[in-house]
Amino acid sequence: MEKFLSHIGTGVPLRRSNVDTDQIIPAVYLKRVTRSGFEDGLFAAWRSDPDFVLNKSEYHGGTILVAGVDFGTGSSREHAVWALQNYGFKVVISARFADIFRGNSLKGGLLTVILPQEEVEALWSAIEQDPKTSISVNLESRSVSYSGKSVGFDLDDYTRWRLMEGLDDIGLTLRHTGLVEGFESKRAKFKPKTLPVLS
Amino acid sequence: MGRTLAEKVWEDHVVRSASGEPDLLYIDLHLIHEVTSPQAFDGLRLSGRKVRRPELTLATEDHNVPTLDIEKPIADPVSRLQVDTLRKNCAEFGVRIHSLGDIEQGIVHVVGPQLGITQPGMTIVCGDSHTSTHGAFGALAFGIGTSEVEHVLATQTLPLTKPKMMAVNIEGKLKPGVTSKDIILAVIAQISTGGGQGYILEYRGSAIRELSMEARMTICNMSIEAGARAGLIAPDEITFEYIKGRPHAPQGADWDAALAYWKTLKSDADAKFDKEIYLNADELSPFVTWGTNPGQGVPLSQAVPTPESFGDEQERRAAESALVYMDLKAGTPMKEIKIDTVFLGSCTNGRIEDLRSAAAIIKGKKVASNTRMLVVPGSARVRLQAESEGLDKLFLEFGAEWRSAGCSMCLGMNPDQLKPGERSASTSNRNFEGRQGKGGRTHLVSPLVAAATAIKGTLASPADL
Ligand code: SF4
Repeated sequence: MEKFLSHIGTGVPLRRSNVDTDQIIPAVYLKRVTRSGFEDGLFAAWRSDPDFVLNKSEYHGGTILVAGVDFGTGSSREHAVWALQNYGFKVVISARFADIFRGNSLKGGLLTVILPQEEVEALWSAIEQDPKTSISVNLESRSVSYSGKSVGFDLDDYTRWRLMEGLDDIGLTLRHTGLVEGFESKRAKFKPKTLPVLS
Repeated sequence: MGRTLAEKVWEDHVVRSASGEPDLLYIDLHLIHEVTSPQAFDGLRLSGRKVRRPELTLATEDHNVPTLDIEKPIADPVSRLQVDTLRKNCAEFGVRIHSLGDIEQGIVHVVGPQLGITQPGMTIVCGDSHTSTHGAFGALAFGIGTSEVEHVLATQTLPLTKPKMMAVNIEGKLKPGVTSKDIILAVIAQISTGGGQGYILEYRGSAIRELSMEARMTICNMSIEAGARAGLIAPDEITFEYIKGRPHAPQGADWDAALAYWKTLKSDADAKFDKEIYLNADELSPFVTWGTNPGQGVPLSQAVPTPESFGDEQERRAAESALVYMDLKAGTPMKEIKIDTVFLGSCTNGRIEDLRSAAAIIKGKKVASNTRMLVVPGSARVRLQAESEGLDKLFLEFGAEWRSAGCSMCLGMNPDQLKPGERSASTSNRNFEGRQGKGGRTHLVSPLVAAATAIKGTLASPADL
């Protein structure tokens, strides 16, 4: 995973709440067996509408999605994170994210930033007034800055450290293989096994 | 201080705990399907890793599979590639798989309990958000993303931060015609689709204790629609009875040891929940959704609400756009809404009890003209069981389609989809825009309401017949 220290880019205002993962990427686009190429399915149902925000030329090249509350509800598909990343987004800002989506995004290096709804509204207005507004998201200081203003956000130290170091969870866990073996040696004998296959 | 059920299961699985870091939890069972696993197996291959515990891993084919002509190769080449990839990965890494045509094939959350491999006090994960279903057995079960699938394959553990605990207390007795689907739809309407975020829900109270295992699974299944990653119910005699004798149930001395442990799995009387909510089962009636998220529901006897009735600005806007998408006018009685397609199936309501209860309503009747009904058993075994009871004949005589097992129209990844503008009454769990097919409109309902609706052609409960 790439290290994430800070990111500077322009924003895309998605004035919708409850954007579920079926909207982010519909199921028919989930059939690929690779991790790339999902940008074609991003917000597929809305992309045919010329007024949809991603279709507006002033927002082309935006890397920071600013969305309404409860972003990423619904299914566990990590394809939603890949679709956003494949399209070019580095950061998503919302007042509230669904748990699984947020977990997936932070594991995959897409930074999800939680700001109070009034700060989301302020950011929407700023971007809509001037789509070129430069937004800086800094993980070191845990803050979002734009137009001379800076707003802090919460992110636990552990996740921040992992993102800043670009560390992969599996590698971290494998350091504790001894503990896993110790746990396994004490597991109850009655716990079920899937193998050998029962006939 | 006392502990909640979820805390007990959690603590029994902690491999490593360090302050400021997530706990590392051991995973007892990892379920896999074709859609969220290919990239995870690829990751293993790239880093030269193995599946650490193939004997705690089980794969089935469900999301993509056709429900017609299952003996032929899958027609859609992209779906076929995904299913073939799963088969190849399972062969290469030594994972047990139940493929299309196999007697144990079916929706992953129907197959686990049916095999008796879902048991109390386990940690169960799957790359699918409705893994919460298995919580009905007093297991800690939740959906994970593909990176986490890879993590569990490689290490049989998962780093997780302990969620908060919410008690959902449901006391009283359900009226006839009211089901566990109505309970959970009412819970979600009460706390909203975000209300459970960051929590594990424990469903308790006299109404819950009365429910069968299948009805409990319906409730836990939809915990995720309230925003909660997991929901569970303390195991009791009904649970033990359900597991006993199933292929993977413990036997002999193991059964006794397991039972002794399972009986400790309940929240202590002095356990502290971070939040408690209450619902009176006596007052519940059949519940249906009118909007595009599962929290947008009302009793069937009521009308489509006006957006102005929502105090919250976000909710009002969401209601406005939902009415446009659903092509509904505020104030329209729910019972006047015409339905094109009735879908009976999914991991929420595709079990034998669901099929039986719907079959009892449609028996000897005919499906409404201009309405079609699709009946898709949750697993191959459910299908066989239903056929041995003659339910397939009842549905076919009624004019419904009788299909093979899979997710089918729950998410429309296979050819079972709504056409643009088509309206369904569906026993599944998500009424998101386009979920059942691009432009399709979904009303979530119980199996009883689905059956009555298929007879009348408009949203209806058995009492309206
Ligand atoms: S039936 Fe629907 S909700 Fe259940 S696993 Fe399949 S697609 Fe997911």
